[in-house]
Order: sequence, then structure tokens, then C-alpha cells
Amino acid sequence: MAAVDIPRSEQAFLEFVQAGGQVESGDWLPDEYRARLVKFVEMHGNSELMGVLPEREWILRAPTLQRKLALTAKVQDEVGHSQLIYRVVEDLGKPREQCLADLVSGKSKFHNVFHYPTKTWGDVGVIAWLVDAAAIISQKALLKCSYAPYARIMKKICWEESFHILHGRDVILAMVTGTAEQFELVQEALDRWWGPLMQFHGNPIPRDEDSMYVWRIKSQGNEEARQQFLDGYVPQIRELGLTVPDPKLCKRDDGVWEYSEPDWDELRHVVTGHGPRTADRLEFRRRFLEQERWVRDVLLAA
Amino acid sequence: MADSPAWPASQRQYEHLLGLADDELVIGWRDSEWTGIAPVLEEDVAFSSIAQNEIGHARAVYELLSDDPDALAFDREPDEYLCAPLVQLHLLDWAHTIARRWLYEVADEIRITALMEELPLAAKINREEAYHRMHAELWHGRLAGTPQFRAAVDDLWPYAVTVLPLEQRPVLAARVGRDLPSNSLLLGKERGTQGAAFVALHEEMTSVRRSAPAGAQW
Amino acid sequence: MVYEVFRQDRKGQPFEHAGSVVAPDAEFAEAWAREQYGRRGESAALWLVPRDAVHEVSDWADEFDLKYRRVDGYSIKARLKEARSRVGSTERHG
Repeated sequence: MAAVDIPRSEQAFLEFVQAGGQVESGDWLPDEYRARLVKFVEMHGNSELMGVLPEREWILRAPTLQRKLALTAKVQDEVGHSQLIYRVVEDLGKPREQCLADLVSGKSKFHNVFHYPTKTWGDVGVIAWLVDAAAIISQKALLKCSYAPYARIMKKICWEESFHILHGRDVILAMVTGTAEQFELVQEALDRWWGPLMQFHGNPIPRDEDSMYVWRIKSQGNEEARQQFLDGYVPQIRELGLTVPDPKLCKRDDGVWEYSEPDWDELRHVVTGHGPRTADRLEFRRRFLEQERWVRDVLLAA
Repeated sequence: MADSPAWPASQRQYEHLLGLADDELVIGWRDSEWTGIAPVLEEDVAFSSIAQNEIGHARAVYELLSDDPDALAFDREPDEYLCAPLVQLHLLDWAHTIARRWLYEVADEIRITALMEELPLAAKINREEAYHRMHAELWHGRLAGTPQFRAAVDDLWPYAVTVLPLEQRPVLAARVGRDLPSNSLLLGKERGTQGAAFVALHEEMTSVRRSAPAGAQW
Repeated sequence: MVYEVFRQDRKGQPFEHAGSVVAPDAEFAEAWAREQYGRRGESAALWLVPRDAVHEVSDWADEFDLKYRRVDGYSIKARLKEARSRVGSTERHG
């Protein structure tokens, strides 16, 4: 059955997507699906763009030519991803200008990890390795999104992310096999980022109560994603001699990871615009949007 | 030729190349400051490629001049760099940034094509720079009529001239369609003068590297 | 203006839709699509097409049984078996 054949009812649409059906931008979408989809995709676009800001400072401070090039390329990809994602939002009816205005005014959200400061080159490694790893897990769960245009860009995004994690791991490896101080830089960064990383996939609502899963926008619940992250990366962290700063973290016999309860209040507080660097990053972005408005006007005018 | 042991053949040639590499490193560094904040997302991506190419060119030339290109790129004192004042300027507005890109590409083409006889690497760099020139011309075409861009070119023209050795400057003037500035306007803008902006740039550029002992791996 | 971008993975492959860029004109579209869809050397070639120039066709008349002109309209197993058994043939030819 093609999307064009579904009767225009929310129930029929739900059955269609839950059976693996995908829709295109011209197909009829239930109002609730469209609204939730736009909000979800917009937040993703915002996150890619805001994620650039903590990292771009370190491009300028990269300690070798190779690292400078790799980090610039990685951040370039993230800007590219935001372009791909905002195009999807725009084709769903919300113009890019409006998305950017809502971002800088604080009206729309972006992921928790990009509200935190970066303090050392250790952060550069931890972000590229672990934050990107957490993000890739979420992104892979979007590859079969019921909204096909979004699923398609996720393919390009996942392909480009593959070098980011390798780059991140390479940065970390150079430091953990370097001087004792460099090792400490990594451990200290890990200590600071672990909390936000554990909050990253969101609180563990059962997936059948998660509207993103119900509508098959994503194919995985929050807890599933977090478990996948722990499974993949705790062993990698430990094999380098690093310590995960959670004494309760352990894997049960049935394969499920137990851990200290993440601070869900902190997550809510940060994501609603009260993170340590939220205000100044939004202000920085707003300043350049305003300053170069004349350039966009000139381009449009011709 | 560049692969013979007697190359570079003279101190002058060495300094000319080091100046070129330093120009590319610093303009690449300045251009990478736009990552994430360019006026249009599509341009942000394209501009970042230009910045990466510039750094790549710097690296290729440093590799010719030294066994340790990172040391050459990062471990000198600010007054040992030979970059032109044009690339050192902190210009975080688009009109000045594009004006600099455009002026720099015109100058660099003159410089690099003159080097192609003696340096195979120059031909490689020149082929990649063709895309930079297309990009600069594209923006120049769009912005040339605006007061912001005209003012920016006025500001930067004396700096652009000093990218090139004296004998190449008249060609630059002809291509840009301007008269060469008088010597008084060029005072303090020749190579060999690193201002406060460069010292600040160098400080930031080397901050992580200096935090570990020399020879530390990153 | 939205420009649709089609990319060719390698020479000889078909051009596939890869995404879109928003640009003021074809020259900017080219400069920007080059980077967004080619900076990793991942495309042998790109086609850029203004969105307005793309005409989608996605509705089909399917009123009558058209299987006679498709491979799935033919199931020859049963008859083939009978034909072979009449001949006493145990050889198989496709």
C-alpha cells in the first residue's frame, strides 16, 4: 500500500507507519504527527548548529596542523548537517529564518550537551569520541524514520559522522599515551562530561509511551539508546585505564547496565535554556545573525 | 628544482616561501574563525573548505622547508613569522573578510604563478586556488556595489599591496583597478611588522601546544 | 531559490537525488553544492535543478489487471511439471 492510498485518519496513518510505511513531504500528515515531527527535527538542527560553538574555539588552538584540519572538517560537517536538517524543516513548512530566530530568542531547544563549557583539549577528545558516539546511536535510530526525507538525510549524516568518532578516539589515544598531565586532562574532562552524557538520551520513558517511537519517527526508546551507548563505550573507556566517575555503574548478568540515577532536574533545567553557557552562546549567535543580515538581504535582492 | 638538495637555493627564496606559508597559515586561521557563524549555512560549509585548503597549503610548504612542519608552524616567536600584515588583521565582519579574500586571491595568483617554474608544488596549489578565485569573484560580483564592501576594499588595499614583493605590485594594481598607494600609506604595513593582533592570535594558536613539553604528542 | 541536487556516485552510475541547497542563483548553487555534496570526493558529478523545473508524477491508473505484461503475472511451475512428466524427461532446462 502506498502512502497516497491511506485513508486520511490518524488511526490509519498510525497503522501504516507502525507497519514500516514511510511518507513524503507531499503526503497527508496528521496534524499531531506534523507538529511533533517539526519540533523534533528542528531541535536536531538547532543542536548541530549550537554544537559548533563549543568546538570552534579549539580549532583556533589545535596543537598540530593535522588536528586543526581534522577538527575544522568535523565542525564543517556539523554545520552541513544543520543545513540538511533545516531544509527538511523548511519543506515541512517552517522557514529557516524563523528557526534561527526562535533559536536565538530561546523559544526553541537544543540538546543538553551543547549548553556546557569546554575547558581543555581533553574536552575536544571526549566530545568528538563520546558525545558524538551518543549522538550517532540516536541518529542511527532515525535511519528508518517514517518521514522519508528525514530518513534520507540521516544516511548522509551517519556516513559523515564515522570519521568524527575515529578522530576523537585518536585525540584521546594520543593523550592517554602521552604525559601524565595529558592523561589527567582526559580523565578530568571525562569526569565533567559523564553526567551530561548519561542524560543525553533523555529520561527512560517506556518506548510505547514515547510519541517519537509511537509515530516511528525514531525506532528506539531512550533507555535502549543509553544501554547501547554503555555497552559500546564503557569497555573502550576502561581499556585505556580511564575511570568512569560512577561507582554504581555495572553490567548485570542479564546484560543490562545499572548506574546512578542521572539528574533529570539538571537536564530539564539546562534544556529549557539555563545551562552554564546557554545565554552567552545564544547571544554570540544572535550577534552574528544580526550583523550579517545585510549580506542575506543583498543576496535575496539580486 | 624543489627536490634537489640545494633547494631552496638562497635565503631570499627560503624567506619568500616561509612568508607564503605563514600567509596561508594565518589567513586559514582567520578564515576558520567563521566556522559556524557565516551569513548563510551553505556558505559556512564552503568557506570552511577554503580555510582548510589554506592550512593544507601552509602544511605542504612547511614540509618542504622542515622535517618538523608543526614545529615550524607553531613553535616560533611572533616576531619570527614572515606573514603579511593583511592576513594578521582581525576582521570578523563579512564585508572585510570577503574584501580580504578577494584581494588576497588576486595577489596570491600573481605570486604563485611566478613560482610555478621552480616549484612543482606551486602548480598543485594553483589548481586548488582556482576554486578559491571562483568563490572570491562570485562574492565580489554580488557585493561590489555595496557601500560596506567598497569601504572594506578601501581599508584593506594598502595591506593587500604588501603581500607581494615590489616587482609584482604593479600587476596587482592593474588587476584590482587601483593605483598603488603612496609610500607613506604603506609605512608600517610591510612584512616584518607583527602587530598586537598577531601576537594575540599567536598566543591563542599556541596555547594548547605550549601546555605540554616540546615534542609531546597530540 | 531551492535547487535540487542529484549526485553520481561513480562514472557510469545513475544520478540520484541527494538533497537541496537554497541559493540566490545558479552560480551560488554550484559553489555551495560542490562543497555540501562533494567535499569528501564522494561524487563524480552533480546535477543542479531549480525545484520549479522538477515535475513529479506519482499517481497511476490501476483499474484493470495488467499482470499479463509483468513477470509476476506468470506462474509456470505447475504446467512445466506436467509437460516434463508427459515427456518422461528428468532433464531440467531452466
